[in-house]
Amino acid sequence: MTLVDMTHGNKFIIDKIEDKDTRLQALRFGISEGSEIECAGLMPGGPVILKKNLQEIAIGRRTAEKISVKKKGMI
Amino acid sequence: MSHCGQTEIDTELQADKKIVLAGNPNVGKSIFFNYLTGIYVSVSNYPGTTLDISSGKMGDAAVYDTPGVYGVGSINDEERVARDIIMSADIIINVVDASHLERDLFLTQQLIDLDKKIIVALNMMDEVEKNNISIDLEALEKELGVPVIPTTAAKNRGLDKLKHSIDQATKGNSIFTNNQELAEEVKNVESETGNKADALMILEEDENIRSQYSSLKTVPALREEIYTARRQRVDQITDQVLSYDQNTSQLARKIGAYMLKPVTAIPMLLVLLYIIYQFIGVFVAQTVVGVTEELIFVENYEPFVRNIIANTIGLENFFGQLLAGEYGILTMAVTYIFGLLLPLVAGFYFLLSILEDSGYLPRIAVLMDRLLQKIGLNGRAIIPMLLGFGCVTMATITTRLLGTKRERIISIFLLGLAIPCSAQLGVIAGLIAQLDVFYILVYVLTIFAVYVLAGTFLNKVLPGESSDLLIDLPPIRLPDLKNVFNKTYQQTAAFVKEAGPIFVLGAALITVMQKTGLLALITRGAEPITVNWLGLPAETATAFVMGIIRRDFGAAGLTSIALTPAQITISLITLTLFVPCIAAMMIMIKERNFKESVYIWFGSWITAFITGGLVNLLIF
Repeated sequence: MTLVDMTHGNKFIIDKIEDKDTRLQALRFGISEGSEIECAGLMPGGPVILKKNLQEIAIGRRTAEKISVKKKGMI
Repeated sequence: MSHCGQTEIDTELQADKKIVLAGNPNVGKSIFFNYLTGIYVSVSNYPGTTLDISSGKMGDAAVYDTPGVYGVGSINDEERVARDIIMSADIIINVVDASHLERDLFLTQQLIDLDKKIIVALNMMDEVEKNNISIDLEALEKELGVPVIPTTAAKNRGLDKLKHSIDQATKGNSIFTNNQELAEEVKNVESETGNKADALMILEEDENIRSQYSSLKTVPALREEIYTARRQRVDQITDQVLSYDQNTSQLARKIGAYMLKPVTAIPMLLVLLYIIYQFIGVFVAQTVVGVTEELIFVENYEPFVRNIIANTIGLENFFGQLLAGEYGILTMAVTYIFGLLLPLVAGFYFLLSILEDSGYLPRIAVLMDRLLQKIGLNGRAIIPMLLGFGCVTMATITTRLLGTKRERIISIFLLGLAIPCSAQLGVIAGLIAQLDVFYILVYVLTIFAVYVLAGTFLNKVLPGESSDLLIDLPPIRLPDLKNVFNKTYQQTAAFVKEAGPIFVLGAALITVMQKTGLLALITRGAEPITVNWLGLPAETATAFVMGIIRRDFGAAGLTSIALTPAQITISLITLTLFVPCIAAMMIMIKERNFKESVYIWFGSWITAFITGGLVNLLIF
């Protein structure tokens, strides 16, 4: 399951970020493997919007497809 | 040189101390800079405004503003510029958005790890209160090990205290205090560089700093380890100092969310475009310009000047014509700049400032991402594109915020080709608003089609892959009117300063060309193109000649020629696609190179005339 499979309001945990550059960029933004995130929106065929506390970032489709996630509670 | 709205200040100040403002994008650094030095720098609510370093003096110290970055490194130009200034700082004022601590403290921790003297300005405390977050300031100070001053810069709170606390800046608690392994690695490299900051940057795999030490043995690449340790440390700090009161949902957040739901976002964007059109195209371009251009300048100012010239040096000689003739420096040039273009440009920058400061721009970037991906760009490119409607010159500079060289080439070409700047757009809006919807549609769709085709073409032929979107969404804020007016004034004044001399020169050139018969020669020589191919009156050649100097100048030149609706549409299409203005060309050469710029210039010529002719053949 990757980020693009999320729907608005889903809470989940980042499982793995494949791409190294994306992983480092995301670390700076406060999103790392294991962090708890909420999906705050999804453009059809476009970016995914992530929310962590009050911070919102938008991630492009191609990148979002490379970030695998697991739903909260599914360990 | 000064280009639209950028304040450029001497970066080599003589001073005892070097104070550097550093922080994430859009946290209010420029307001601090303004307060400390008394120099105004434009302030906005979207990433990527400060691209050049601004500097000023505060007592004996030099103060530097830097582009907003999420970390010190070399991911893009902004980071490289910021890194060099940060590395050389004596004291760093780290401006932090208190409502985004998890994000912002990453940079703070990195600055601390770089062994710099730091003071933290914990800004936007009003947002924190509004969002019912509480921050344990004492704990934050203790964890970081540096002074933390709460501020709300936009409302002038805490600035005075910060200014008087700068000398208390200290070195804080680095991640190495609790990580023996990494501390050893830093020590190893430091023994060779003699400098802790450089040692850390080398371990963080910074190519530029690495290349300064050619004799250095191989060092381990530890960026990911260090970043992860830093992120863990920051999360640990925020867990300790932050507490949320969850049960509030506020209007701004709701509006922000609606701006991102396609069902509501697209109608909102369309309404916005309609408001922009009504404001610029109808209100400013017709009502306001009707007063300023017609009543003030053409009916009163021009006869007055002509009278004076006629009574002194006379109108019927070369100098009389140069000053007050058909293309007179004191008549036509002045009327165009102040009567016609000034209100349009001011109106546009007023709207753009509101858009910038409200935080809507990054959301438009998210909405447009999917479409822009098709022409090899990502949503971020919407920022230079929208800025391009203000001033293509300024927009060309902001293409630096795009991830790859490929994206920069595509967007600079599209900016030069198919984005009319505010001055030109204003004139176009004025001309087009008189026409039927049919002609307006033909114009808009043609320009859009050229834009998409050119973008698709470049996306196909340029090698490589464009970067993907990763953008921070600032909270929706109500723009501060004072800031909006201030910025409008700055940008408009910069426009007059830049465009004024070029207009005067252009007007003089046209008079000389007219007197020497060159204009008639060009008009006749261009007839196969203007009359036969484009179906326009021969004298529109003058407007095209003027358009080479500045595109808006050319569009303004059209206002004085009698044209049918079809002719207006075709000449506007051709002029919009026509060459970028001289200032834009100079910036393109500076930002890219001479060869690419010349390609763009001739590419525009060819595209403009082919498209104009095709529309003439196929539609009219």
